[in-house]
Amino acid sequence: MRRLAAPLLLFALALALAGGDARGAELVLSLSKARVTITSNFTGDTIVLFGVIAPGEAATPARPQDVIVTVRGPSESFTTWRKERFLGLWVNADSRSFLAAPSYLAVFTSRAPALIAEAEILRQEQVGLDNNHLLQRIGSDYADVVPQDPFRQAFLRVKQAQGLYFERPAGVEFIAPNVFRATIPIPGTAPIGPYEVVVKTFADGALVSRGALDLEVAKIDFEQTVATTAQDHPWLYGLATALMALAVGFIANLAFRRD
Amino acid sequence: MTIYLPIAELPVNIFTLLALGIAVGFISGMFGVGGGFLMTPLLIFLGVPPAVAVASVSTHMAASSFSGTLTYLRRGLVDVRLGLVLLTGGLTGTLAGVVAFMLLRRYGQLDLVIAVTYIVMLGTIGSLMVAESLRALLREWRGEKANVKRPGAHPWFLRMPFKMRFRQSRIYVSVIPVVTIGFAIGFLGALMGIGGGFILVPALIYLLRVPTLTSIATALMLTLVTMTAAILMHAVLNQTVDAVLGLVLMVGGTIGAQFGARAGQAMPAERLRLLLGLLVLAVGLRVAVDQIVTPADFYAVSIDEAAR
Repeated sequence: MRRLAAPLLLFALALALAGGDARGAELVLSLSKARVTITSNFTGDTIVLFGVIAPGEAATPARPQDVIVTVRGPSESFTTWRKERFLGLWVNADSRSFLAAPSYLAVFTSRAPALIAEAEILRQEQVGLDNNHLLQRIGSDYADVVPQDPFRQAFLRVKQAQGLYFERPAGVEFIAPNVFRATIPIPGTAPIGPYEVVVKTFADGALVSRGALDLEVAKIDFEQTVATTAQDHPWLYGLATALMALAVGFIANLAFRRD
Repeated sequence: MTIYLPIAELPVNIFTLLALGIAVGFISGMFGVGGGFLMTPLLIFLGVPPAVAVASVSTHMAASSFSGTLTYLRRGLVDVRLGLVLLTGGLTGTLAGVVAFMLLRRYGQLDLVIAVTYIVMLGTIGSLMVAESLRALLREWRGEKANVKRPGAHPWFLRMPFKMRFRQSRIYVSVIPVVTIGFAIGFLGALMGIGGGFILVPALIYLLRVPTLTSIATALMLTLVTMTAAILMHAVLNQTVDAVLGLVLMVGGTIGAQFGARAGQAMPAERLRLLLGLLVLAVGLRVAVDQIVTPADFYAVSIDEAAR
């Protein structure tokens, strides 16, 4: 609970500041921590996002506020392969490249997106996995395709099975009429790099305000040293690993020597 | 207790890894093989990317083969000369294997080629071993004496030019088949993440007619050098060697191998060969079933390393 204390304090401050100014749909956001550090015992982490909507815009039964939180991990290029049976074996037959697709994509909404706004607006604002842009290279063309495209659907399905893409239709909860909270799980297999948290608030089916925060997933200490050495000094890394293997073999030979 | 693998980029239970190392080490010590053909698929099953699994297993193989080579060197059983000639082919083969690995990964057919090579190699070697050891057991059961084959003439491939004498192995043969065998083992080793001991030992015994113990000792020395080279090449060309993963595996593996060796010595040789043959065949069948059975999802996603 201690790590939540700081952001909570910030909201109290934000509330006090925002109190005087009724106009302007300002959005104040904070993460329980802006940096997820990966050490040798890392198995995943949970980040809590807090947000404060300007009191003038506070949710009332007559005019409910909706919040959509989208978290995108560092972009990577992926290839989706379709298998076909060839001489009795299943072979990768056809492929599509997904260029600069987020390696992690999580969508949290205060209620089902279909209830928040029209489909056209949801598409424009990239709400939900189906509306998120996924640029594909098809031959020499670059385009995003219809959500029903089998390669696109397969890509989303595989990423969801890996636990790196997900949608939580009730993932944003209001703890006060103008204060909301979303819990963002970062799995142990989460890709390393900069993440972006984008928050959009809607009322009456229209976008009211938006805000964004940066989040970083980084290896530190030993993990980082190993990974960067492997990248930057491959010869040194290879030699060190080979020497380590020989040393272990030598020690084992001495330890279990029987003659 | 989990440990985060810095190159594979996922957390794994350290005890699962250690147990895996000990179990595979036990089997490799018992049968005198590297055990890579078991270790690599098991790591992939744990979620380690295939490229990282193949590259990291080579560190484990280098450690256990160094330990074994030292023991055989002390007993004077290693045919260094034969080893060096095999190596000229072996190192070229390893480089060709690592390059093929890189190319196949780019064209998305790496998994298929690895699977087909596994099925063909393990299926063939496994069946041959099972058949041979069953015949030997049958002979023993009938009380017949093993008929030691001592044909007067060498087969045609040993009579090729560039003959060389290998004193320790008591053979005088052409270097062409020796280098070819070395190349094939190096290539398969780098591509499949196996040391090739279970292919090399029968090849030396049955094709080159090297005495059994010298075959095992020389194969271990060859595994040591090709695997050390594979570590370097994978580290430089693919950057897929996970040192943390390798360390845990090799610690478990070298301990397991000691107990395995003791268990193996208590068992008759034919039964040992039969068991190993069955094991090899089982792994081959498992891979075959995976490739033939209709997959749950017809699509697969891979990360393009080039974009990183």
